[in-house]
Amino acid sequence: MSAPAIWIFLPFGLALILWPFRNERLSAGLAGGITFLLALSAWLLPIDTAMSVGSVSIKIASSFEILGRHLVLTSSDGPLLALIYATTCFWFAASASIKIAHKLAPFGLGITALLVASLAVEPFLYAALLIEMAVLLAVPLLSSADRSPGRGLFRFLIFQTLAMPFILFSGWLLAGIEANPGDLTLVLQAAILLGLGFTFLLAIVPFNTWIPLLTEESPPYSAGFILWMFPTMAFLFGLGFLDRYTWLRTAPQLPNLLTIAGSLMLLTGGTLAAFQRHLGRLLGFAVIAEIGFSLLAMSLGGTTGLNLFFLLFVPRVLSLGVWAFSLSILKEQAPSLRFSEVKGLGRRYPAAAYGAILANLSLAGVPLLACFPIRQALWEGLARQTPGIALLVLIGSLGLLTGAIRSLAVLSMAPEGTGWEVRETWPQRIFLALGALALIVLGLFPQWATPLLARLPSVFEHLGH
Amino acid sequence: MLETLNWIAALLALGTSIGLLLSRDWRWSLAILAAQYLGVFWLVHSNWPISMAAVKLVTGWMVCAALATSLRGSAKGPVSETAWPEGRFFRLLAASLIALTTFALAQRTAAWLNVNLAVAWGSLLLMGMGLLHLGITIQPLRVILGLLTLLAGFEIMYASVETSTLVAALLVVINLCLALAGAYLLNVHTAEDSQ
Repeated sequence: MSAPAIWIFLPFGLALILWPFRNERLSAGLAGGITFLLALSAWLLPIDTAMSVGSVSIKIASSFEILGRHLVLTSSDGPLLALIYATTCFWFAASASIKIAHKLAPFGLGITALLVASLAVEPFLYAALLIEMAVLLAVPLLSSADRSPGRGLFRFLIFQTLAMPFILFSGWLLAGIEANPGDLTLVLQAAILLGLGFTFLLAIVPFNTWIPLLTEESPPYSAGFILWMFPTMAFLFGLGFLDRYTWLRTAPQLPNLLTIAGSLMLLTGGTLAAFQRHLGRLLGFAVIAEIGFSLLAMSLGGTTGLNLFFLLFVPRVLSLGVWAFSLSILKEQAPSLRFSEVKGLGRRYPAAAYGAILANLSLAGVPLLACFPIRQALWEGLARQTPGIALLVLIGSLGLLTGAIRSLAVLSMAPEGTGWEVRETWPQRIFLALGALALIVLGLFPQWATPLLARLPSVFEHLGH
Repeated sequence: MLETLNWIAALLALGTSIGLLLSRDWRWSLAILAAQYLGVFWLVHSNWPISMAAVKLVTGWMVCAALATSLRGSAKGPVSETAWPEGRFFRLLAASLIALTTFALAQRTAAWLNVNLAVAWGSLLLMGMGLLHLGITIQPLRVILGLLTLLAGFEIMYASVETSTLVAALLVVINLCLALAGAYLLNVHTAEDSQ
């Protein structure tokens, strides 16, 4: 038995089995249960170490050979696998109550397995090919059966596909640099290609137009899952590059580039969020701002930057999940999520409206909510290095806050005398209450997430020490 | 002789990519795409053994078959674009600009990658035409054709630097998945139109 068989082939196989299922609860239960077990086993089981179960000795091999290349998952990857599958479990658990599990479970599991394979493949540059396969698998998940695919989906497909050639070519050049490290022309060419590849992959300005379009057109919960999964894995892939190549990690221009890209993302995401008239697009701009926050955390460098980068994960997935879940409930009740069409909807669906606003406030960095403690630490770090950037962060966050206040006004706006009702189903109420509670608890006790994330930086041998 | 055949394949790539840009009937588009894969096969063959290069041809034809199957029931006529000038003259002019630019770039690329000039030009030309295609349309079929053309161009160039079987296999899967994604999107599009 090998680790890739457990954490890549098993979920991929299950995705194939789940595909024909139409039962929402069964799909969500099976996918959620398996991902929970995969997360637990990744956390507990050692890889490449013999374990005794009674008289039987078991050893999980770290490598699996395929067509002359290898998929490798070592013990140090355990925390990362646990995080990936735990967050996937979180997305699957609530999906049945908004009737999307039959689609999210098979495609989501398949995408997760392919993205885990992209972290495991050796040579690791082939990850670009596996990420592209995951992108193609995301197409049915993001398209609605009842309406034509929109521009957002096509732009997502085009921009993510364009990333692959750049990354593969840069990989070829990087191999040349390893053989001849003094060739500055080669270094420059590789850096440009790599930069372009990651600009497409991470949807960095100006290639981020697909994000708000996608959250406007696609089912919000599917879009939320994709917008959590792809940028996260792209960041981990990027960290892999930094960890592997010393010249890249120590390049003096790197922190500046990351700071500029991060500030641009945060500023565009935050300020444009303030002017949106569509709840879905607002989510999209918040995601753009989140990518900016991750880039800024990376720009701090060293273990501080890496720790902050990982600490952003849990509050982000919670906020995105609660927000996308709430929007899915609201979208069921209105033709679209335009402000003009959801006006007063909060009076009939208060829990969903509350969930959307709370998650938005959390991503805006409002005190006592999940994202605040990490944002505060990030602000401190940025203010010490470049106070101007800390000011830009504040402007971006204020933009997101404005978006939340406008949404609150629209959702609660109703003719005088209109009463309040609670029309969400019981499972929806329970998931929303748990999500909201988690956002508040994590804001009050941020240290509770630390044990989950403490081992993550060690995945990157050179960056994490 | 081999050099001449390489140039014939590059010219085939030029003719088919312009044809894809101008044609408005899906049957013609898919027939032209199938012919384009013949050129791709030959250009890849200049760096890979024939058995490996043939995989590109077979995959390309499978892609065409998958797209044709999903469009078979569609009775739709030529599709009109809305966002950009749809005149043939405009497209022809844009295509000739791409052809000239890529030819100029191909000479440096050929020296850089140490490949034949015809191979470098064929590759850059297809990538350029694919990008042009993607820039002027949002029709599902045309987006997929643009992406396939772009990938075909990339595959020719990448074949000159990478000979791994796993990469070849993954690129095959990506092409087939792209065709399946295209077929899915076309079906959703057609289903909505018929309602």
